[in-house]
Amino acid sequence: MKMHLDEKIWLIISFGMIMGFMAFTGYQTFVLGMGPPSNMETIDPQKVDVTAPFDNPGVYEIGENEYEVVMTLEIFSFNPGEIEVPAGSTVHFTMTSKDVTHGFQVAGTNLNAMVMPGHIQKISQKFDEPGEYLVLCNEYCGAGHQHMATTITVK
Amino acid sequence: MGTAVNQSFKEKTNKVLGITPEDARLTKSYLFVAFAALLLGGVLGLLQGLNRAGLLELPSWLNYYQVLTAHGLLLVLVLTAFFTVGYFYAVLSHNLGGLLPKVRKMAWIGFGMKLVGFVLAVISVILNEASVMYTFYPPMAASPIFYYGLVFIVLGVWMCAFGAFIQVANWRKNNKGKHVPILSFFATGVFVLLFFGSIPVTIEVLVIIPWAHGWVETINVMVSRTLFWAFGHTLVNIWYLTAVSAWYVVVPKLIGGRRFSDTLTRVVIILLVILNIPGGFHHQIIDPGIAESVKFLHVFMSLAIGFPSLMTAYAMFSVFEKTARKRGGKGLFSWFKKLPWGDVRFLAPMIAMIAFIPGGAGGIVQSTNQLNQVVHNTMWVVGHFHLTVGTTVVLTFFGISYWLVPYLSKRVLTPAINKLGVATTLIWTAGMIFMSGAMHWVGVLGSPRRTSYTTYGDNATALSWDPYLMFLAVGGTLLMIGVLMQVYAVVHLMFFAPKGDTEFPIAEVEDHAAKTPYWTERWGVIIVIMLIVIAMGYVIPLVEMIMNAPPGSPPYKTW
Repeated sequence: MKMHLDEKIWLIISFGMIMGFMAFTGYQTFVLGMGPPSNMETIDPQKVDVTAPFDNPGVYEIGENEYEVVMTLEIFSFNPGEIEVPAGSTVHFTMTSKDVTHGFQVAGTNLNAMVMPGHIQKISQKFDEPGEYLVLCNEYCGAGHQHMATTITVK
Repeated sequence: MGTAVNQSFKEKTNKVLGITPEDARLTKSYLFVAFAALLLGGVLGLLQGLNRAGLLELPSWLNYYQVLTAHGLLLVLVLTAFFTVGYFYAVLSHNLGGLLPKVRKMAWIGFGMKLVGFVLAVISVILNEASVMYTFYPPMAASPIFYYGLVFIVLGVWMCAFGAFIQVANWRKNNKGKHVPILSFFATGVFVLLFFGSIPVTIEVLVIIPWAHGWVETINVMVSRTLFWAFGHTLVNIWYLTAVSAWYVVVPKLIGGRRFSDTLTRVVIILLVILNIPGGFHHQIIDPGIAESVKFLHVFMSLAIGFPSLMTAYAMFSVFEKTARKRGGKGLFSWFKKLPWGDVRFLAPMIAMIAFIPGGAGGIVQSTNQLNQVVHNTMWVVGHFHLTVGTTVVLTFFGISYWLVPYLSKRVLTPAINKLGVATTLIWTAGMIFMSGAMHWVGVLGSPRRTSYTTYGDNATALSWDPYLMFLAVGGTLLMIGVLMQVYAVVHLMFFAPKGDTEFPIAEVEDHAAKTPYWTERWGVIIVIMLIVIAMGYVIPLVEMIMNAPPGSPPYKTW
C-alpha cells in the first residue's frame, strides 16, 4: 500500500490527537479523580421510601463546609427541593429515582448525572460562587418534564 | 460457466440501457417514502422550533412530546432507512447486472413490512399512547402496538439486508477472484452493520413486549438502555457510511477526477464496520452502574471511530486538490475556485463534508468523559446531530437525489432545477448555521434537550436562554423552506423533468493504481473480528448489569 509522506504525517497527527484525548481523559479520571458519575450501588426501585438513606431525604451537614444531599427524583419533582448551602461548601449528592429515568443537571456547574430506577447515583460539587443555581431534569420523563426543576441557593 | 457469461451480458446491457423498469420502480418507491417522511418530519420540526422559542403553543391533542417522538421517528428512522436501502439497491442493480428477481421480491417485502411497522408506531404516537421518544427508555412503557411496529421495521430491514447479501454472493460466485465493485462493497458494509447492529435492539424489544402487556412484572432498565445504544449509535454510522460512499465514489466523477486509493477506501469501510457497535457506550458516560474503568475503555472505542473519518478527510481533499490542479488550479488555496461550485450534485455533498469538520470534532469532544458531563442531554447534543445527521448526511442525500432520481426516471436534471438545488443547499446551510449553532451554544449554558418551552417559573438562568432559543425558530423556518424546495425538486425529477439519459456517476481509480489486496474481500474474517470487538466492549458491562441487577421496574405511563 503506497502512501504519500504528507498522508503519513496527517495520519500520525490524527492518531496522536486521539491518543492525546485518551491521555487527558485518563489523567483526569484516574489521577485527578474527575471521573464521570459511575456509582455501582443498587436499590429496589419500588421500595425507595423504606430504604435507608432515602427514607429520609434531606440536606445533612457531614463536616466542615461539607454537606450530603440525599435526594429522590420522581415525576416531576426533586425531594428535597430548594436547597441552601453556604458559599465554599462541598456538596455530595446521593440520588435515586422512584419511577422512570431522570437526569440531574445544575446549570452553570459540571453537575450532570443520569438518575435511574434501581441505581444509586453519586456526584459532588464545590459551590464557591454565591447565587441561585437552577436544578433541572434533563432526561425526558413525561408530560410534566418541563416543570421538573428546583434551585440550590448558595449564600 | 453459462450463468457467468449470461451475467456479464446482463451487466453490459444494464450499463448501456440503464436500470430496468422493475429495479427503478423499487428504488423510486423507497425514495418517495423517504422524501414524504422528510416533508412530514420537517413540518413537525418547525412546530417544535417555534414552540421551543416560545412563539407557538401546541394544542393539547398534539403536544410537544408527541410531535418530538414523531419527528424523530420520521427523520432518523424513515427518511434515513428508506433512502439508504433505496440508494444501495439502485447501486446493486447498476453494479451487479440488475437485481435477481428473488432479491427484488425480498426488497419489496421489506418495504411493506417497514411501512406497516411505521404506520403501527405512528398511530400509537398520534393516539398519545407512545410519547416515549425514539429511544423509548424503559420503564416508560408505550402501548404494545408501538413495539410491534418496531418488530416489523426490524424484520423489514433484515429482509433487505439478506436480499443484498444474496445479490452480492451471487455476483461473487459468478466472478470468482474479482473484487466486488466499490459501491457494492459499501452496500455490503452497510447491510452487515444494519443486520448485526439491530440484533441488540431486537432483543430489547422482544423483552419489552411481554412487560408492556403486563405478562411480566418488571424489566432491567439498565440492560434495555445499553442494548438500545448498541443499536442507536450503529445506526448513526450506517447513515454516515452511506454518505461517505458518495463522497469517495460519486463526487470525484462529478468534478471530473479519479477516486482515491481503492485499498484505502476499502480499509476505511472495514474499519467502520469493525469498530462501530461498541461506540454506543458513549451515550452512557454519566450513567450509574458502569464502572469508570469500563467507561474509559469505551472512550477509546468511541474515539477509534474517528480515525477512519480522519483518513477520509485527507482522501477527499487530496482528490479535490489533484482534480482542481489538473484543471489549471494554482496556489496554496486558490485551486478551490476550480471546483464546480455551481453544480448542486457537487455543492451539496461538499458542504456536507465541510460541516463534518466541526461535526466530527464536536463528536470527539463529547466522547471524552469530562467534557461529556458538561453537555450530556443538553441542547448541545441536539445541535451536534443536526450538524452531523441533519447536515452532513442529509445534504449528501440531497446531492445524490439530483442524479439518482433522474437516472431512475430516465429524465435529466435541467439547469433550472440545478439552480433550485443550489439555492436549497444554501438555504439549508444558513438554516443549520442558525439552528445548530444556537443549539450548541445554549446547550453549553445548560438548556436541556427534549423539553418543551419553559422558564421554570421565570427562573433568571432559564430566561437568559430565550434569545438563543429564538434562533431555533429562525433556523427552523429556513429549513422548512429548504424541505419544500427539495421535495419539489425530487417530485419534479421523478415525474415531470424532460426525458433523457442520466448517468450513474462512478469514478475510476487512477491509471497506475496499485492492485487492491484480496484479503479485503474476506467478509467472514471481517465479521469475526467485528464480533470479537463487540464482545470486548459489551461482555464485561452486560455481565455486571445482569449479575448485579437491582430488582426490576414496572411499566409507567407518565404522559
